[in-house]
Amino acid sequence: MNAQLFILALFDGVAYAALVFMVAVGLTLIFGVLRVLNVAHGSLYAIGAYVTVSAGSAIIAAGYSPVLAFPLMLVAAILVGVVLGGLMEKLLLSRIYDRPEVLQLLVTFAVFMMLEDVQRLVWGNQPYFQSAAVNLLGNVELFGVFYTSYQLIFLPLVALATLIGLRLFLRRTLTGKLITAVTEDREAAQFIGINAERVYLLTFIAGAALAGLGGALASPTTSVLPGIGTEMIVLSFAVVATAGLGQIEGAAVAALLIGLGRSFAVYLYPELQVLVPYLIMLLVLLVRPEGLFGSPAARKI
Amino acid sequence: MTFSRRAILPAILVAALALVPILAPFLQVVLIFALMKGIAVLGVTVLLRAGQVSFGHALFFGIAAYAGAFLAASPFDDLVLLVLAGLVTSAVTGLIVGIFVARYRGIFFAMLNLAFSMIFWSILEKFYYLTGGADGLRLPRPTVLGMAFERGAFEDILYYVALGLALLLGWFVIRFLNSPIGQLYQTVKTNETRLEYLGISPRVALIKGYVLSAALCGVGGVLMATAQGIVTPSYAYWVRSGEMVFIAVLGGAGSVAGAFAGSIAYELVRTYAAAFAGDIWQLLLGAFLLVIILFAPGGLVGIYNSVFDRARGAAGSAKRETGVPKKPAEVRS
Repeated sequence: MNAQLFILALFDGVAYAALVFMVAVGLTLIFGVLRVLNVAHGSLYAIGAYVTVSAGSAIIAAGYSPVLAFPLMLVAAILVGVVLGGLMEKLLLSRIYDRPEVLQLLVTFAVFMMLEDVQRLVWGNQPYFQSAAVNLLGNVELFGVFYTSYQLIFLPLVALATLIGLRLFLRRTLTGKLITAVTEDREAAQFIGINAERVYLLTFIAGAALAGLGGALASPTTSVLPGIGTEMIVLSFAVVATAGLGQIEGAAVAALLIGLGRSFAVYLYPELQVLVPYLIMLLVLLVRPEGLFGSPAARKI
Repeated sequence: MTFSRRAILPAILVAALALVPILAPFLQVVLIFALMKGIAVLGVTVLLRAGQVSFGHALFFGIAAYAGAFLAASPFDDLVLLVLAGLVTSAVTGLIVGIFVARYRGIFFAMLNLAFSMIFWSILEKFYYLTGGADGLRLPRPTVLGMAFERGAFEDILYYVALGLALLLGWFVIRFLNSPIGQLYQTVKTNETRLEYLGISPRVALIKGYVLSAALCGVGGVLMATAQGIVTPSYAYWVRSGEMVFIAVLGGAGSVAGAFAGSIAYELVRTYAAAFAGDIWQLLLGAFLLVIILFAPGGLVGIYNSVFDRARGAAGSAKRETGVPKKPAEVRS
């Protein structure tokens, strides 16, 4: 592996990690607050990508400026968050918070099955591609390697902004503090008058929107086709589990670890590309079952 | 007394199943798949007893099917050997995976299983020079105890093998779940720390159950491969795992009879509904899964029992497990 390939793999890994982080952080946020693993999270990612691609193509075909592709991503994310996330929480999850974990998993799994078919019904089986956003930002040369500015600068910046923004939001704003309080102890939070149901709904919408945003951001860099949601839920779970469930900063580190591992595998052992994320996860979990940054749960007798 | 009466309908159903190749050959293909899937669903059922759900048991279904296909290409292509090969391969894989995943519960258990099955699935797709990639492998019709049969006769034999194995393994799983180790699962589900205080290792218990569940999935998988004559990576895809979990919950989570009741109902509906609802099949499954979880958590077996209780009057209301069987009751017809 020469220096140039090394740099390329490094860039690939960072760009990929930024995308995975966006999805994983939504997953871990939802889990941290609601204690529910949203298996349908990958579908929200896929739908975010589909909406962005088809709306983006329509806008450009209608003669509007491709710059609109960027605000469109936000719109798609908010749509996914409010419409799908909001409905899912209100209609389903809010009924099952006191049910066993297995049932909660089955419910989100059922939604996942349904949304996979919904994607196929709406968008069919053919791949979609719309890279206006990437073309707009052009290329950049760094360490003798040409790379798209979108992937090398824009995506990592968005991921970083999300990480810092979330941290500030949870620590500094009132709503954020309410969320943290409910996470710590739901009953105690309710005793002092916090509307836990609203916190749950808001968190789920935010988490779903992050998944949608991840999909929207990923859409210009890849073909959008059936199955990307499945791949993403497993991958983002790998990130979240490696970091420790509910760990936001940890998810960033784990996303980098897994993103880089995967991109180096692409150049060194292409057959292992799909396996590397899981191998990293399995290795980490063998040593630390609660993840890199998680703390062991207290055992109740 | 109640037990014996309750067993009347299942007994009639088993007898009806045994007569299908003679009286209703058009149902034979559907029911043979239902029985084979039912055997695999038994595996998921064992784990559900311990309160654990696996989104990756298609791994064992698939790995046994591929083991069967590899063996069928060798001179040892006998049905008995194929089933044994599937059983051993899946049990050994189950032991390796089980040692790892048995440390986890709930979410981690479900998702790590999914991760393992995705790994296996991508191996099947990537190493196409061994596995045939997405096209899969052919599994030529094997001999049975050294004798070669025509297609029709072979299908009849396979049907009775599936039925026999379904009864045998169903009986075995009931015995297993009633054995001391099976009884532990109830406690793994509710509070396993107490088990540890009794000096019992819930992990070892769960590994044993995991190997059993993997082996059951394997037997189902290798039989299915033999019946279809081809194995593809879809055998190990998550959709297959989801289907197994769905059937287990449909039949009645944790119930042995439910595994088969669920898979027969599922296959019958699928065969006739998929013709005009093929595009939205998973959508229907998902919606139906939600309805069962939210309104009839006991599944088909739960509905059957509650109908029975109701028919017998007051006594049953004391241990009401399911909700009002209004909508889901239609499923049974």
